[in-house]
Amino acid sequence: MPDAFTPDTIDSDATAPDRTRERATFLCPSPLPAGNKILLGHGSGGRLSAELLRDVFLPLFSNPVLDRLDDQAVVELGGMRLAFTTDTFVVRPLFFPGGDIGSLAVHGTVNDLAMSGAQPLFLSAAFLLEEGLEMETLRRVAGSMAEAARTSGVAIVTGDTKVVEKGKGDGLFITTTGIGLVPGNVAMSANGARPGDRILLSGPIGDHGIAILATREGLEFEAEIVSDSAPLHGLVAAMLKASPAIRCMRDPTRGGLASALHEIAAQSRVSVQLQESAIPIRDGVKSVCELLGLDPLYVANEGKLVAIVPAEAADAVLDAMRMHPLGCEATVIGSVGSGRAGEVTMKTPFGSTRIVGLLAGDQLPRIC
Amino acid sequence: MKYVDEYRDPALALALVERISRRLRRPWVLMEVCGGQTHTLMRYGIDELLPPEIELVHGPGCPVCVTPLEMIDRAIQIAALPGVILVSYGDMLRVPGSQSDLLKTKASGADVRVAYSPMDAVKIARAHPDRQVVFFGVGFETTAPANAMAVWEARRQGLKNFSMIVSHVLVPPAMQLILQSSANRVQGFIAPGHVCTVMGFHEYEELANQFHVPIVVGGFEPLDLLEAIHMLVVQLEEGRADLENQYARSVNREGNLSAQALLREVFEVSDRKWRGIGPIAQSGYRLREEYAAFDAGRIFGLRDVEAEEPQECISALVLQGLKKPLDCPAFGKRCTPMKPLGAPMVSAEGACAAYYQYKWQPREELTVQHA
Repeated sequence: MPDAFTPDTIDSDATAPDRTRERATFLCPSPLPAGNKILLGHGSGGRLSAELLRDVFLPLFSNPVLDRLDDQAVVELGGMRLAFTTDTFVVRPLFFPGGDIGSLAVHGTVNDLAMSGAQPLFLSAAFLLEEGLEMETLRRVAGSMAEAARTSGVAIVTGDTKVVEKGKGDGLFITTTGIGLVPGNVAMSANGARPGDRILLSGPIGDHGIAILATREGLEFEAEIVSDSAPLHGLVAAMLKASPAIRCMRDPTRGGLASALHEIAAQSRVSVQLQESAIPIRDGVKSVCELLGLDPLYVANEGKLVAIVPAEAADAVLDAMRMHPLGCEATVIGSVGSGRAGEVTMKTPFGSTRIVGLLAGDQLPRIC
Repeated sequence: MKYVDEYRDPALALALVERISRRLRRPWVLMEVCGGQTHTLMRYGIDELLPPEIELVHGPGCPVCVTPLEMIDRAIQIAALPGVILVSYGDMLRVPGSQSDLLKTKASGADVRVAYSPMDAVKIARAHPDRQVVFFGVGFETTAPANAMAVWEARRQGLKNFSMIVSHVLVPPAMQLILQSSANRVQGFIAPGHVCTVMGFHEYEELANQFHVPIVVGGFEPLDLLEAIHMLVVQLEEGRADLENQYARSVNREGNLSAQALLREVFEVSDRKWRGIGPIAQSGYRLREEYAAFDAGRIFGLRDVEAEEPQECISALVLQGLKKPLDCPAFGKRCTPMKPLGAPMVSAEGACAAYYQYKWQPREELTVQHA
């Protein structure tokens, strides 16, 4: 889902064109089946998030750019194609193995731009601080943002700070907005997948979500699980150089790989079949998932991408990925089919086939 | 992953399927009692691999599923009271009561927290002496010792602000109910390995003898289940009705004696209502009189809530192995994990939810319409 219209940003400066505002008076958002209040699950990237978009935001904001529902908007401006996106970061704990909320806020927005093939250029940063936050914490986070921006080759060129009363926030929230330029020969979109295409994954899934969870729950393992948070535009450029025919890319953040593939399958009106044994998952991640009853297919990543590639270009793109440090464990995990539109299935190692559903909300740990 | 991958080896699994096929002379109806086992069977498509003569029916062993609506309503009522922190296992939060669920109650301002262990709730109680901390204690014999430990520890620490909603159920009385039913079709059982890890398996020996039915204590990985099915088929074809233990790496006859001692210290066996099935005599735990100070039901003096199950739901038949989820006309249409009509659609380990998650093809996926 595009992060561009989360509830956090809707109230502030999202100015709709007049045309849309007029339309809003005639369109009434239908009541949410989930009830009349926002639940945590509405921010999970699963079914409830999709309902929120469908029932609240899209009827009011609809326009040709938004309706593509990519992770970023690509708009033509003065002969150039500008990629534009925004994302709010509410991670807890603020610091975790492999990163912190600051580096995440840079990488997340850089990656949303990168998934359109854009070269990320400029970021804004808005800080929502809670009264009483340690100044040293803010300094550390800002320092980490500066470092992440430097290594990603982007500049933070504008920003904003607001402070809310103690108890009205959770320490520190960050919103970053980014713009970048899309090269002329690149046209990737979630509706571009075609039957026969291959599905390429850049590396093991679940590292970020499980690193956060393990830190939050105080779970310790022989080998520390480290977030994969990283800027992906270098990898994307290398892949596009190998073949500009790549149909689309997604970074499977909240909602995980399963949710990202559901979006692509639904928007391209195709089916997706995965090979369970081909999907790389590190042992530590597997262990935590087993322990807590979670499915790694739905766990967040912050430094991985999934790409839909025409079969004839798959080898070249895979080779290019494996040459890049962030894609050295890249692999083909499945293919696009002409089955029921929007359906994601998985071939198990036992030769049987099962459905990969769309989660209603957040994954909840089981009883036993 | 060590000690897990070994039990998911596809080549060994197919070899076991082959061995099962070679032993078969007649069709058999087998029940896996525990929801965790159902989940594995569906996730790996094991039912599709087995010869068609083997029919698997799914048992009542999903603790979230069989927790009565009234209990959930009661937890929601308590959570909504001022000054209360309600602590629960994660998958109870989405379970609908008759009016609402705990996630929505939380969104309305109640302090509802997820814990991985009931001892976390004791810690929360110690950290918040000004608040009443209530743990929603559900589950089978597997989770009962941890819940008993939390109550025992709260008393040892002299906590005055900790209590528990106890809704514990026991497996053997439910199996007995199934076996006594004139409609019973089950000819062999895979008994729940984790429950037996705590309780041992002598209760299941009695059931096997009394009802002349083979029972194999089984684990939760694909090879565990296939081996258990093989053991049942061998017994059935030989005309035996014994208790056998497939899950010997975790289960012995006596079980965990210190856990059982703790259970006896804190809980006593009582009648219990099961969602979808109804009341079963002597089928659950309640707190002993000595621990009444930790009984949330007494502390909050709640009126008894009566809740009606939707008429259309056939969960009683599903939970007793008399019908399959796909036999239900509401399945996937009026009843989904997002809007469950009844118990087995509620938790990921319920039979209906497992079918919905892994098997059911002709469904209407939610796709975001282009406006």
